[in-house]
Amino acid sequence: MAIIEMKNLWKEYGDQVVLERLNATVNEGEFITIVGASGCGKTTFLKLLLGTEQATRGELLLDGHPLPAEPDESRGIVFQRYSVLSHLTALENVMLGGELHGNRWLGITFGKQRKQLRKAALEMLDSVGLGQAADKYPHELSGGMQQRLALAQALIKRPRILLLDEPFGALDPGIRADMHKLVLSLWKEQNLTVFMITHDITEGFYLGTRLWVFDKPRLDAQAPGAYGAKVTYDLPVGDCENGTLKRINQTVGRTSRVLNDTL
Amino acid sequence: MKKLINRRPGKPASWALGLLPFLLLIVAYMLASDARLTENPNDKLLPALDSFVQAIDRMAFEPSKRSGEYLLWEDTLASLQRLGIGVAISALIAVVVGIGNGTIPLIRSTFSPLVTGLSLVPPMAILPVLFIIFGLGELAKVMLIIIGITPFMIRDLQQRAMEIPAEQIIKMQTLGANTWQIITRLVWPQLMPRLISAVRLSLGPAWLFLIAAEAIAATEGLGYRIFLVRRYLSMDVILPYVVWITLLAFAIDFLLSRYSQWRYPWFHQKSH
Ligand SMILES: Nc1ncnc2c1ncn2[C@@H]1O[C@H](COP(=O)(O)OP(=O)(O)OP(=O)(O)O)[C@@H](O)[C@H]1O
Ligand SMILES: [Mg+2]
Repeated sequence: MAIIEMKNLWKEYGDQVVLERLNATVNEGEFITIVGASGCGKTTFLKLLLGTEQATRGELLLDGHPLPAEPDESRGIVFQRYSVLSHLTALENVMLGGELHGNRWLGITFGKQRKQLRKAALEMLDSVGLGQAADKYPHELSGGMQQRLALAQALIKRPRILLLDEPFGALDPGIRADMHKLVLSLWKEQNLTVFMITHDITEGFYLGTRLWVFDKPRLDAQAPGAYGAKVTYDLPVGDCENGTLKRINQTVGRTSRVLNDTL
Repeated sequence: MKKLINRRPGKPASWALGLLPFLLLIVAYMLASDARLTENPNDKLLPALDSFVQAIDRMAFEPSKRSGEYLLWEDTLASLQRLGIGVAISALIAVVVGIGNGTIPLIRSTFSPLVTGLSLVPPMAILPVLFIIFGLGELAKVMLIIIGITPFMIRDLQQRAMEIPAEQIIKMQTLGANTWQIITRLVWPQLMPRLISAVRLSLGPAWLFLIAAEAIAATEGLGYRIFLVRRYLSMDVILPYVVWITLLAFAIDFLLSRYSQWRYPWFHQKSH
């Protein structure tokens, strides 16, 4: 079943073309990892899926209908930063989704319902390794811990689509591996559809079922905004023949140098 | 020897240094007062310290001959009541309008220009209007405080509400929150410590408006008393009243600040 379809999708800011001619169909349960040069439009693409930015041309469909133009609970997100609510403890952050669902008026739950939410939230915190930090506020957690908390907060809500914007960038390799395991197990268990941006192409190959490379095939060093980024590689993961990785790394590196020298 | 910029006093030294200017002021006052009193024992401008003690004793601990009330406490109660009611109503209006303006663009477009316009009206200029409309009773005095500080507080809270990171508002929506829940679970709690700091900032103007209103029309109150005894050049009453008002203002500010730090650690520790 196609959950997301893109038909000739463009995103422009004024004169600057960020994304152009995106065409793809994504089935439910796919795990798509996205790599690309810094500044080429990966976050912008997630914003289109989230609904906080609208495409300037083309169609973006969710289940065959135009994607809602505002965020809702069908799509969860973990941002690069600021992803958790600063005035709630870790536990309260993870309970929040359930509370909002349980009480449509105030978003606060009581009694037995609250106890159940609390138990589930504590289990989730344990599984991201934050069991000891349940009563801490985000400012008392390290950057990596905050990202794990954000992940727990998003996953416990069981969204159909999970959007991850470089969620593991700040984690050390050990915890990173744990997080990979966690994301993979929840992905399988909940039949999530995941879009995950990463700068680490090996992580992209290891985690996903499908790897997208965003790149600018036409690139004018004098005017990098004249042409947008497209999906230049759409690889089923497993196709790990040696040359591909190297070739991707080279072209992405070239684009990155042009974008980030001239900007 | 460390550079001056890196030398910090220890705790006792810091207290001593802080008290020093106060002591110097008191000593300077006593010298000046002595000098004037030796020249003219009836001088009223700089009374000696024991006249203050007598005045305080008379105002605070002896019933007034005319009304049988303890004047200082009666004045304090009356003034604090006006101040409390005025500031509380202002805070309530400011939170409601500030949240509306700050979070909901349709409301902001409607009311934000009005609030900006109102905040530019000099409150003292409409004091006569208030007395005409509300009479000389309590209402006019409380209204002056409200009119004086509410527009500023609204603008402050609106700004603070708009500073809540967009990521958090989006996050709430992806967790299934509707607009009302975004307000009750995100905007309201995050604005509470900011409301307290807005209140702390507006207490200065609030005292100003209170004393101005009491000076013009009242039958009791700290501002009323000061302006009443001014006619008799009673510096021995005026100065203790001023010090007392300052102490009250300090105590309120101190309590609010402590409460905020205790209740909203996430707010205060983050900004360090
Ligand atoms: N609101 C906006 N208005 C104008 N230009 C924007 C806006 N948002 C993003 N851009 C531009 O779009 C381009 C892509 O930005 P985006 O954040 O999507 O990059 P990215 O691929 O996520 O980069 P990184 O890997 O560094 O996070 C940038 O050149 C940026 O300047
Ligand atoms: Mg980005």
